[in-house]
Amino acid sequence: MSDSNGALLEASNVSKVFGGLVAVNDVNFSVPERGIVSLIGPNGAGKTTFFNCMTGLYRPTTGKVIFDGRDITAKRPDLVTKAGVARTFQNIKLFRTMTALENVQVGMHSRMKARVTGMVLHTPFVKREEKASIEKGRELLNFVGLKRHGELAMNLPYGDQRRLEIARALASDPKLLLLDEPTAGMNPQESEELRQLMEKLRTERALSILLIEHDMKVVMNVSDYITVLDHGEKIAEGNPQQVREHPRVIEAYLGSQA
Amino acid sequence: MSAALATFRGNMRTVRGAMPSWAWGAVLIALAILYPYITDNINLPILGGHDDLLDASIQTLGYIIMALGLNIVVGMAGLLDLGYVAFYAIGAFVIGWLGSQQFPDINNSKGIHFLVQSKSAISHQPIPGIHINFFFVIFIAAAFTAIWGIILGAPTLRLRGDYLAIVTLAFGEIVPRIFENSQSGFFGIGSIDFSNGRQGITPIDKINFPWTTDTFKYPLELKPAYWVALGMVFFTIFINRRLRDSRLGRAWIAVREDEVAAAAMGVNLVRTKLMAYAIGAAFGGFAGVFLGTYNNTVNVDQFEFGFSVFILCMVIIGGMGNISGVILGAIFLSLVNRDLLPQLNTYPEKIGLNFDVTSINFGIFGFLLLVMMVLRPEGFLPSTRRKLELHESELEDEVVAGGAMEPQLYEVRHE
Repeated sequence: MSDSNGALLEASNVSKVFGGLVAVNDVNFSVPERGIVSLIGPNGAGKTTFFNCMTGLYRPTTGKVIFDGRDITAKRPDLVTKAGVARTFQNIKLFRTMTALENVQVGMHSRMKARVTGMVLHTPFVKREEKASIEKGRELLNFVGLKRHGELAMNLPYGDQRRLEIARALASDPKLLLLDEPTAGMNPQESEELRQLMEKLRTERALSILLIEHDMKVVMNVSDYITVLDHGEKIAEGNPQQVREHPRVIEAYLGSQA
Repeated sequence: MSAALATFRGNMRTVRGAMPSWAWGAVLIALAILYPYITDNINLPILGGHDDLLDASIQTLGYIIMALGLNIVVGMAGLLDLGYVAFYAIGAFVIGWLGSQQFPDINNSKGIHFLVQSKSAISHQPIPGIHINFFFVIFIAAAFTAIWGIILGAPTLRLRGDYLAIVTLAFGEIVPRIFENSQSGFFGIGSIDFSNGRQGITPIDKINFPWTTDTFKYPLELKPAYWVALGMVFFTIFINRRLRDSRLGRAWIAVREDEVAAAAMGVNLVRTKLMAYAIGAAFGGFAGVFLGTYNNTVNVDQFEFGFSVFILCMVIIGGMGNISGVILGAIFLSLVNRDLLPQLNTYPEKIGLNFDVTSINFGIFGFLLLVMMVLRPEGFLPSTRRKLELHESELEDEVVAGGAMEPQLYEVRHE
């Protein structure tokens, strides 16, 4: 993986400092095309901060993020999304009073081209685009297995909200999907369904996935490659087998006595 | 009480179901168009004489346009704006500049005329000043105020809640003050008088259709002015509805709900918010032009902070985010302002007190707002979304109670 050939996302020497706290320290990281890469680490290791640096919500203190041959370091979040990186959130951030379908339509925002005059005049182009967005939205909702398209997001059960977040992220036609703890709060059966969904995303939609996850069963089953963060530093990387046996990972998770 | 309310709601639903919604819309539009003839036959002492009532209705139509404009900013995009009067002022001054004799020296005192009467009927001399047809000025003013909406909105983009309110409030104060003090040059640049200071610009050209130079005869003949205002209201409603159901409307709601998520989903926050400010402001200017010519004066005294609150109350009391709610709110508050307050004013005298109720009318509006916030925070006719937002906790309880009936595989989480 040291070779950057074939890497869709390449983060080099990314650091993020909040005041005196070094949340992410000089991390090098890459995601290959059609790869599923996991980022794990104990709570507070800086995983989500790293995620936010990738997606433009934070500006990295140092370092560079190259996506698909383009520099997206510290670009505005909507431009990062437009470039092809979509994400979900650890604590679900749906538009709660919009329906599931409308949520997905908002996800398509950066791919839609209607202008104000077109919206007001209802030009054939805008009508067609609007219709296409509804069709595509329904298709995506079916793809993630959500049946209640007209239900308000806030009324959906927790597992469906997670699914809806993924559908909404997919709506922007991403090349890379960043999932922040997608199985948090799910039961084993749902986690398994989500794992299958991730495989399906890779095979059917040719997506790369970057995953933050605490559920080791999911991580070990689905990942091609795992990076472990602790206190903002990368302490290990490799395939699931290598990471599982890495002494520093065991130390970080279980303590040095183990 | 709640049982009676439920019966009432049920009855309303039956009535509403009797005709398809487009038929109801047609009925309402027809009623609105025929309204001047209806007022001819109404003779309620509390509503005043025929012309008095129609006059108030025309003013109300102007307020409705502004309330709908503010609804885009406050109701849809969720940006609290306490300085909306600034856009009313800018729009009104645009007609002041483009439809009066404010600039007498222009074009060698011969004036500039566009689709209006260009010669005085008595002396047959060219009328000095700029005179442009009303139907063009409304769109010029809308564009001009939209630009000012962006200029005033841009510095507030990073602000939220209270801070946003304070800054917009300041803008609402600054703009009329600038006009007031632009008696010799704008910001002291040049020496042209832009506003006549506290006297204001008067008279303003009357409305005339582009194909004729005959002007409307308000305040003597009110009906044509009513229909023009009504046409402007329909135009505003039309644009509001189209935008609400568009990509931009969804983006506004998304920004209101969760800015971070909206940005991460590809919504350009700056552009979306500025759009809300610009379009909202444009309607302020749109209405400002009409009220300027209808009232025949553009005067800084009209542009007080209280007016911003008045319009904001219409939006909040009527039902934020919902077009028909906002219209209802505008009508209701105009009625209160015009009829209830003077009525109340007679009572202190009757019990021997020397107290002027109208001097505390904004206190009364504040009280109404307070009552509303306690009893029905979502307004008379809320948008479904707003209602859900405000009653989310209660609703969730219901969902949980209902959910217990069916087998649930997962734990429902509350945030």
